[in-house]
Amino acid sequence: MAVVKLKKGYDLCLEGAISDNSVTPLECRLCAVVPDDFQGLVPRLDVKEGDTVKRGDRLCHDRQYAEIAITSPVAGTVKEIRRGERRKIEAIIIEKNENDSAKTFDVAGNAKSVLLESGLWACITQRPYAVVPNPNAKPRDIFVTAFDSAPLSHDMSLMLADKAEYVQRGLDVLASLTDGDVYVGIRKGFPYSMNNVVVTEFEGPHPAGNAGVQAANVKPVNKGETVWTMDIVTVARIGELFATGKVPFTTVVAVVGPRADKPRLVSCDMGTPLTAILSAGECADGNIRVISGNVLNGQVVGTQGYLRFPYRQVTLIDEIDNPGEFMGWASLSPSKFSVYRSFFSWLCPKRKVALDAKLNGGERAIVMAGEYDKMLPMDIYGEFLIKSIIAFDIEKMEQLGIYEVAPEDFALCEFADTSKLELQHIVRDGLDRLRKEME
Amino acid sequence: MPGGKFAKLQSVFEGFETFLFTPDTTRKTGVHVHDSIDLKRTMIIVVISLIPALLFGMFNVGYQHYLAIGTEATVMEKFAYGLVAMLPSIVVSYTVGLGIEFIAAQIRGHEIQEGFLVSGILIPMICPIDTPVWMIAVATAFAVVFAKEVFGGTGMNIWNVALIARAVLFFGYPSKMSGDAVFVATEPVLGLGKGTVVDGFSGATPLGQVATATSEPLSITGVTGEPIGLYDAFIGLIPGSVGEVSALCILIGGAILLYTGIASWKVMVSVFAGGFVMGTVCNMFATPVYPASMLSAVEQICYGGFAFAAVFMATDPVTGARTETGKYIYGFLVGVFAILIRVYNGGYPEGAMLAVLLMNTFAPLIDYCVVQSNIRRRLNRVKK
Repeated sequence: MAVVKLKKGYDLCLEGAISDNSVTPLECRLCAVVPDDFQGLVPRLDVKEGDTVKRGDRLCHDRQYAEIAITSPVAGTVKEIRRGERRKIEAIIIEKNENDSAKTFDVAGNAKSVLLESGLWACITQRPYAVVPNPNAKPRDIFVTAFDSAPLSHDMSLMLADKAEYVQRGLDVLASLTDGDVYVGIRKGFPYSMNNVVVTEFEGPHPAGNAGVQAANVKPVNKGETVWTMDIVTVARIGELFATGKVPFTTVVAVVGPRADKPRLVSCDMGTPLTAILSAGECADGNIRVISGNVLNGQVVGTQGYLRFPYRQVTLIDEIDNPGEFMGWASLSPSKFSVYRSFFSWLCPKRKVALDAKLNGGERAIVMAGEYDKMLPMDIYGEFLIKSIIAFDIEKMEQLGIYEVAPEDFALCEFADTSKLELQHIVRDGLDRLRKEME
Repeated sequence: MPGGKFAKLQSVFEGFETFLFTPDTTRKTGVHVHDSIDLKRTMIIVVISLIPALLFGMFNVGYQHYLAIGTEATVMEKFAYGLVAMLPSIVVSYTVGLGIEFIAAQIRGHEIQEGFLVSGILIPMICPIDTPVWMIAVATAFAVVFAKEVFGGTGMNIWNVALIARAVLFFGYPSKMSGDAVFVATEPVLGLGKGTVVDGFSGATPLGQVATATSEPLSITGVTGEPIGLYDAFIGLIPGSVGEVSALCILIGGAILLYTGIASWKVMVSVFAGGFVMGTVCNMFATPVYPASMLSAVEQICYGGFAFAAVFMATDPVTGARTETGKYIYGFLVGVFAILIRVYNGGYPEGAMLAVLLMNTFAPLIDYCVVQSNIRRRLNRVKK
């Protein structure tokens, strides 16, 4: 087994990590699917309000590739189709029935069409463009990450606990979908053994757990090639689908962060409302930023929102912990956190920090050199790529490796950026525009 | 308030407000937590690292002055003289530069950018003490407008703003910027340091003396004719531009910059390495035709503005090379050219300024080559 040591990156130690691994099951009547979670899809509805759906039934499909379905995680009635500006579908809200009837897929058939129809296809990401895979493009290789290195993430093998038996089945299904290899990136001590895959062990800080970073360090994506990336939890779900004929839509969510009353693990359906996941105290505090996901690339959902893809983590941080801070830039306090030595937080390197959502400065042109390089463990000149994206110089973007990156890879750069640029937004926007030009 | 009575002062107001109170801005998308660092902090660290050299420079202005008039004075008196002599330049440089920054920010509708906090203190520090303040004002205005704002402001400039200001003075008003009469203040300031210059006074800087030397071996003297050596140059008790004299204080500043990681050690070390290598090479082929070649490599580094350029000028991240490999090449060539110009161009006793400006010009080319190798690597991957 190959071992890849990554030096670049940073492990941000936030307060509020999980301390015990007991999982509390949650029951909730409601559940929502947010089409925006599936990058690159333009949803067209297959249901209307009042329809009854089974678990695994189509809710909507993609406009361009109608075979890509987004399916219902629960059995119930479509309660509301929430629309936003220009009638954009923001969420499909389903009220659960008493009976948990599930659609049975004929798994003996074509694996690809089963995946497409089951809704699990939408949980896979492809490079280039970091979108839901194009069904017409055969992946060169498939990269599976078996660990999450993001701040406050929990051990993915916890989520596998009773599903571990399905992992191998899922990997076999994936292997049948590519002419290349299935690569699995693990941390040392990963408890399950896997066959017919290339296992690579990764050492080093975040973003070592990003499948794209792993791909870049094992076998980078070139122009014209397509690879798929996903986490091992999705692989287990695929395995379960092919073993039982039914799609599993339950998940284990870590409720973490400096403002979590008690960091805990809960199991629930995908798309469960946050009101059910959070405690009453957490819901009542208006100064809490409720993030579905981690602090680097999660979504602000608020207490009225729903659990969003990849359905693994809810992070609670302060919105603003000390409003109107006087001359914060001049602070000598070691509690002002920075990865740089300009502040004195390096005096206590082991201390866990409670960061708020403040920008801590204003947006500027890029001044400091090499900041992105320190946070991006890929053979890519981050700053030059970002500049070419801003200029939308397609040739330069291609040359500098736009096809290898996803916005999440730039999350740490964005965190540590002196100039406070919205790097993930810049990359997302660049990828979307590029895809429009190329496809 | 847009369109209000004071709308034209909006960016000024915002500038001061964000200076006093960290803004409570947050973003709904992207990363949810941000590092505490911002450009204000970065720039203020650079200013702090300049303070040892600045304070010592002020003291040295007084020290040289009292030496020149042959009067005994206490350390405090010398410092006070230097402070009073220096203050108008600092005030003028900041007023003119920040004034233009405020106006530019308002025109563009941007926030005020902090870059000039550093340039504003650098400009008086790299000019001779006797530079008239109106010249500082003209050069600062020229540099800020034509070397920075026309390119888009902080982060967009091609050449180091402070060095452009100095270059404008150097080429526009050579008689006031070089020679023997400008590096030592001989006139009393605000009643401080009254007296007449002693016999045998010469205000020539060590490098100025070397450039015009005709005899072997080189003899470098202080303002009253006493010999000065490497130790004086390292401590900084020699005539020269205010900030450049003390290699020791510059190194203290350099240590702050390196420790905080604001400046790249790659650039800084490479400049010294380049200077040392070129100094050694020149010294190996020492000839009286080029008297500066008779200086040893260490002397080359301690005299003149070399150390200051290495620590504070070449390390400007905006105008220097931005790739990690490029930083070595860029820094090394700055060091080489600084000594090369010094030694083999009789017209310029000091080459550090021109070397940095020259390499500023070539930094994008260096980066281009480094990035190109990454691009080639990517293309080769496909071919394999």
